Amino acid sequence: MRCTDAQTLIESYVDGELDAVHTVDIEQHLGDCSICAPRHQDVIELRSRIREEVPYFRASPDLQQRIRAIAREKRAETSRSRVPLWAWSGAIAAVALFALITVGLVRRASESSREQMITQEIVADHLRSLMANHLTDVTSTDQHNVKPWFNGKLDFAPPVNDFAAEGFPLIGGRLDYLAGRPVAALVYQRRLHPINLFVWAAPEKYAEKAIPQALQGYNILLWARDGMTYCAISDLAADEMQTFAALLQK
Amino acid sequence: MTADNQSARFEEAVLPHLDAAFNLARWLVRNSTDAQDLVQEAYLRAWKGFAGFHGGDGRSWVLTIVRNTCYTWLRKYSRRELTVEFNEGVHTQESSVPNPERMFNENASRAVLEQALQQLPAEFRESIVLRELEGLSYKEISEIAGVPVGTVMSRLARARARLRDCIAAVTGDGGLTCAAQTLKP
Repeated sequence: MRCTDAQTLIESYVDGELDAVHTVDIEQHLGDCSICAPRHQDVIELRSRIREEVPYFRASPDLQQRIRAIAREKRAETSRSRVPLWAWSGAIAAVALFALITVGLVRRASESSREQMITQEIVADHLRSLMANHLTDVTSTDQHNVKPWFNGKLDFAPPVNDFAAEGFPLIGGRLDYLAGRPVAALVYQRRLHPINLFVWAAPEKYAEKAIPQALQGYNILLWARDGMTYCAISDLAADEMQTFAALLQK
Repeated sequence: MTADNQSARFEEAVLPHLDAAFNLARWLVRNSTDAQDLVQEAYLRAWKGFAGFHGGDGRSWVLTIVRNTCYTWLRKYSRRELTVEFNEGVHTQESSVPNPERMFNENASRAVLEQALQQLPAEFRESIVLRELEGLSYKEISEIAGVPVGTVMSRLARARARLRDCIAAVTGDGGLTCAAQTLKP
């Protein structure tokens, strides 16, 4: 790679936006080139200075109240509004249909409410891990440190892989609890966004293809493979979550 | 969809992104009071248009609305945008509690970067804020700003070059020579 090419790519490389082929090329070039290597350092240094020194302005409690009020007031307005006559016939038909289907649905409903419970618990686990500053029990980007750490703590061995080259570096691991039993929580990172990957050996009936869900602003993917259930959660955009899941499913 | 259902979905999809929304607005209009009003206006618009939101990325969706609301405001009050004094940033940083020691030690270097960012044209400022403070991808920023990914990359590159120049100007000869005269969107 020539320096002129490298210099146009350095920022994208630091931003984690280069594809695998270019990433390999530029890493090789930065290792060899005494002109581009310092520029690379400059980009990294500027980025960390921006993150440290530029203030992040959070919404005040007052603004939060004002925003919550929007949904509440509007809801009250809508429910006060009159129901048109034609809607009643629709409602009656709906009730009849509901009665017909209910019987068949009861069994599936208990399954799906269990699923819902699990996703809610996953969001709570994810939030706790971020808020209490307890993201990892074992902090290491080396999969050979993280994997053995789980020995004796779980009755299964979660697969641990680092995806740094693909832009999803491993940060560490942690023991967490889900539906009353211990599970492995592997922590990855994409730019500023931590990803919690929960793994447990369980009879949950998820498909091999990852099912996307969104809850409280978090994107969640659930899938099963080789007798284990996987759940990835993060505030990353849905398509990047799919990219992440695809890496694990390789 | 029932009204309860809709407002529950609304709270779920966009309320978690309120900090991101306010931070973007605050950096775009550069004062807290207007930013609060604009975020509120944007969320009202989001609520009205919520029937058209079919899942997907709630953060990009709401940030797009916040951004557009702020730009409408900036165009209307563009004279204010053009007459901002260089030192305004120091005095409008409402979130930090004044601490003489901290100010003495860190203000010189901290203020430089913050002021340099304040001085960038809005399009460049928002690229840095979304990328570095929010950690969004090029693709997400391109969706929010409504420009191709290539434009996002060049805006980021030029914005960073400007910020680097400002730091160098201050640490070099102690003079601030980095007013935003040459960067045009």
